[in-house]
Amino acid sequence: MAKLPKSDELFQSIDHTPPEKWWMDVPVEFRPGTYCYAAKPQYLETVDMPFPREWRPTDEDWKLPPNWREIFLEGMRERLERFRTFRVFMDICVRCGACADKCHFFIGSGDPKNMPVLRAELLRSIYRRYFTKSGKLFGRTGGARDLDEETFKELWYYFFQCTECRRCSVFCPYGIDTAEITIIARELINLLGCNIDWIMGPVANCYRTGNHLGIQPHAFRDMIEFFCDEIEEVTGIRPEPTFNRKGAEILFVTPSGDVFADPGTYTCMGYLMLFHELGLDYTWSTYASEGGNFGFFTSHDMAKRLHYKIYAEAKRLGVKYIIGGECGHMWRLIHQYLNTFWGPPDFLEVPVSPITGTKFEHAKSTKMIHVVEFTADLIKHGKLKLDPSRNDNRIVTFHDSCNPARAMGFFEEPRYVLKHVCNNFVEMPPETTREQTFCCGAGSGLNTDEYMEMRMRGGLPRANAVKYVHEKFGVNTLACICAIDRAVFPPLMDYWVPGVDVAGLHELVGNALVMKGEKKRTTDLRGEPLPGMEDVEDEDL
Amino acid sequence: MGMKFALNVVLGLALFAIVGVKLLGLNYLFGVVIPYLAVTLFFLGFIHRIFMWARSAVPFRIPTTGGQQYSSLPWVKSSKFDNPHTKWGVVVRMALEVLVFRSLFRNTKMLKREGKITYHWEKWLWIAALAFHYSFLVIFLRHLRFFTDPVPGFVQFLEKADSFFEMALPGLLMSDIVLVAAVTYLLIRRIIIPQVKYVSLPADYFVLFLILGLGLTGILMRYFWRVDIIKIKELTMGLATFHPVVPDGLSVIFYMHLFFVSTLFAYFPFSKLMHMPGVFLSPTRNLPNDTRMRRHVNPWDYPVKVHTYEAYEEEFREKMVEAGIPVEKPLEKPVEQQEE
Amino acid sequence: MRIYNAKPIFIGLVIFFGFATFPFWYNGGRAAPPPEPKLDTPVIQKLEKKECVASKDYMRKSHMDLLNKWRTEAVRLANRYYVSAAGNTYPASLQRGCMKCHSNKTEFCDQCHNYIGLTPYCWDCHIPPKQVTQTEQVAKKGE
Repeated sequence: MAKLPKSDELFQSIDHTPPEKWWMDVPVEFRPGTYCYAAKPQYLETVDMPFPREWRPTDEDWKLPPNWREIFLEGMRERLERFRTFRVFMDICVRCGACADKCHFFIGSGDPKNMPVLRAELLRSIYRRYFTKSGKLFGRTGGARDLDEETFKELWYYFFQCTECRRCSVFCPYGIDTAEITIIARELINLLGCNIDWIMGPVANCYRTGNHLGIQPHAFRDMIEFFCDEIEEVTGIRPEPTFNRKGAEILFVTPSGDVFADPGTYTCMGYLMLFHELGLDYTWSTYASEGGNFGFFTSHDMAKRLHYKIYAEAKRLGVKYIIGGECGHMWRLIHQYLNTFWGPPDFLEVPVSPITGTKFEHAKSTKMIHVVEFTADLIKHGKLKLDPSRNDNRIVTFHDSCNPARAMGFFEEPRYVLKHVCNNFVEMPPETTREQTFCCGAGSGLNTDEYMEMRMRGGLPRANAVKYVHEKFGVNTLACICAIDRAVFPPLMDYWVPGVDVAGLHELVGNALVMKGEKKRTTDLRGEPLPGMEDVEDEDL
Repeated sequence: MGMKFALNVVLGLALFAIVGVKLLGLNYLFGVVIPYLAVTLFFLGFIHRIFMWARSAVPFRIPTTGGQQYSSLPWVKSSKFDNPHTKWGVVVRMALEVLVFRSLFRNTKMLKREGKITYHWEKWLWIAALAFHYSFLVIFLRHLRFFTDPVPGFVQFLEKADSFFEMALPGLLMSDIVLVAAVTYLLIRRIIIPQVKYVSLPADYFVLFLILGLGLTGILMRYFWRVDIIKIKELTMGLATFHPVVPDGLSVIFYMHLFFVSTLFAYFPFSKLMHMPGVFLSPTRNLPNDTRMRRHVNPWDYPVKVHTYEAYEEEFREKMVEAGIPVEKPLEKPVEQQEE
Repeated sequence: MRIYNAKPIFIGLVIFFGFATFPFWYNGGRAAPPPEPKLDTPVIQKLEKKECVASKDYMRKSHMDLLNKWRTEAVRLANRYYVSAAGNTYPASLQRGCMKCHSNKTEFCDQCHNYIGLTPYCWDCHIPPKQVTQTEQVAKKGE
């Protein structure tokens, strides 16, 4: 694995001035730390994807099938008819450059091909060459170029340097959405079996075991039970979650990342505590044990295949509706795709909070609500006893995750909850929050270790904003509602803004939640002393 | 890339008109045939391109949301126009996008300095874009006086309003100045901002030079090298009424102007200028954010292979039973017995 | 092959084409003959040598320049006469000069100005010569 330069060296190395040579003449360079490893063939085989083989991005020969160009172009033709976005976005860009400095990867790398406009031009040049008269006629002068192996490698490199965060799309006067272009470009890349390992591994796992991490049912239960042990230790109360229980009112689906790794696990504990405190009639599912969907970073088909299990399991268990946990791209899929993929779920009912009676009419078709919507409604109705002072050791800022921000508009609900569970909340500058929020730098399946340099570069704009509030207001906690954020931010903060913790929203809810009959809490969910309890810990020793 | 090339193409077009009219006397070709061809090409090309777009499906409803969602929590105020959930909200969002370039108004400028990344006010592009498009629209509408008889009231009103300051004779038209200034700004920014220069194609410079040429020949004709506008109208009315005539004595600069505009029309449907109709068809803008309320149907949806619960249980049944997770089909032999 | 969202796209196209083809349907394909400013006023008919203060070509394209120059010189320099290229001296005045010969504003000036949709501001201050209109002529005949 490549050695990561020191943060100040990396910062100094960023130069936003484009090179002398025109972009078509600058060959792609596979520098360690800036690309992900190729997918292992067995992962492709598990889900019947074409052309499984051993290969490496740095290889001269990628072992593409002999008719790869035909496959790619035929794939393009097909998708131009299937996706109006693709066709229109290929045609109407005026290259005004408004998107250029909006991309976190461009800001952090200075590589001009990371400007959304140029990222799209990489594919647009091929579109022009093979699908427009002007491109066929004028060639290079008309902005068109041949599809050869070098070009394909370049597409591969740069479409795995886009996290589909849609920030550029907010600023584009025509709404050109690079995420859409990247999704389609990755579909084309997948036609030739060239996905990355960090995406294909989770996809293959998810297909078989129901979740990205490949956690099998018994282990899944074990892990949740382990959290219950932890909760019992902290609060003296043991939640009694159920699994695959028929007849429950609610199915709860959350990204498996929160079951697997810190600090997501604390968020998961927050859910368990909240639901237990409410006496919610809900069940986990070991089959639908993943809300996220790395298939979405592979192809629309793969996304659809992986998201089948959510409604299928809801139907099998006979629940009334579904609550989804804190996750970014999961919510993009649930909000904008799931119902189209597998709906309408007529066997479910319009979600109604059993505690407050609020009918979630805005989810009347998909029948799935966000846990933060659910919690915000509880707090609004005064149904939760909260002691925000338990989070007084934290000065919190909130990171809007790309997908809930720009594919849903989910801004006020998490802030409302946050303001009720902690006393110290400050916003980052408005150019970096809400619809203008910056990506964590490693969404869309790029949060792998061999990609660390690019992750640090891509995460720079977000870290830079955190640093600002860290220095100005002493912010020490970055709250978020995304499992990938929780995995990506800790190393990012260590690199750029040491001293800032990362916490899921429901971890903070779990800390603040005063449960009936709980013992006097001395530590938070992480086992660290609560504010004012620092000495208690010592006495115990 | 290709700025000089684009400039040469536009100069070549000008030269072509000069040679054609002055030396070869092809007045009819430049005055009638080419304009008709250009307009025909414009309409056919335009329809063709829209047809291509209409042939493509909109499988998913993927608006880019620029504000707070609408939900059943009445105390959360939704952003009606930046994140519309109704048809009328979308109409307003589109109107804002088309009429005042809402998204471009958000533009900022990023700077890297003193160990920090900072974001700054940057509305010049928005201002120039608005100035350019509106002055072009005004000029376009004003030109209707050459294509209508009698000239409709709104065209006369526009002309009056445009020359409000009553400077110079014939009255100085603000739109002319604004157009040339805005196009010049757009051109200069394309050349001096390194990133924008880097992504620019010859086509990007070409339209700017072409429109600049169009504006400058127009201004020259109006204020400096006077032309006989009555004769010009004779020609243009001939075109508009399908009774083409080419009066004698029209100056070559007029033919140049006409050739430029013909080029623009003919070029339009095959170029990025199609952003004009394209913005209306952009699925990230023209759809309401209502997917959890109303199901969006994918017209080409087809079945995919899935991993069913049955298959899942089949693989993990034993482990599930052992862990006390309910199963659909009991184990053939209870776990305990197997162990014995 | 299918067309998606045919209705709104079709309506949009119809609206656009309605506007874009405005000149074609507004004129209804009628031939629009160019105006012919009349030069047959009694004063002109009496002239021996029928010549204007400048060439016809110049006057067609640039008479407004000349008028503007006259105005400036009259107001600023009190220069109220104009010597033409042919060496003749004329009063540099719209009312006492031009309109003496071209007393038929409606058949002369207005012909082209209306054709091209212009309302020059000359007449905001100046008084056009009184013209006998056709209706008045008819009325006179009837007396």
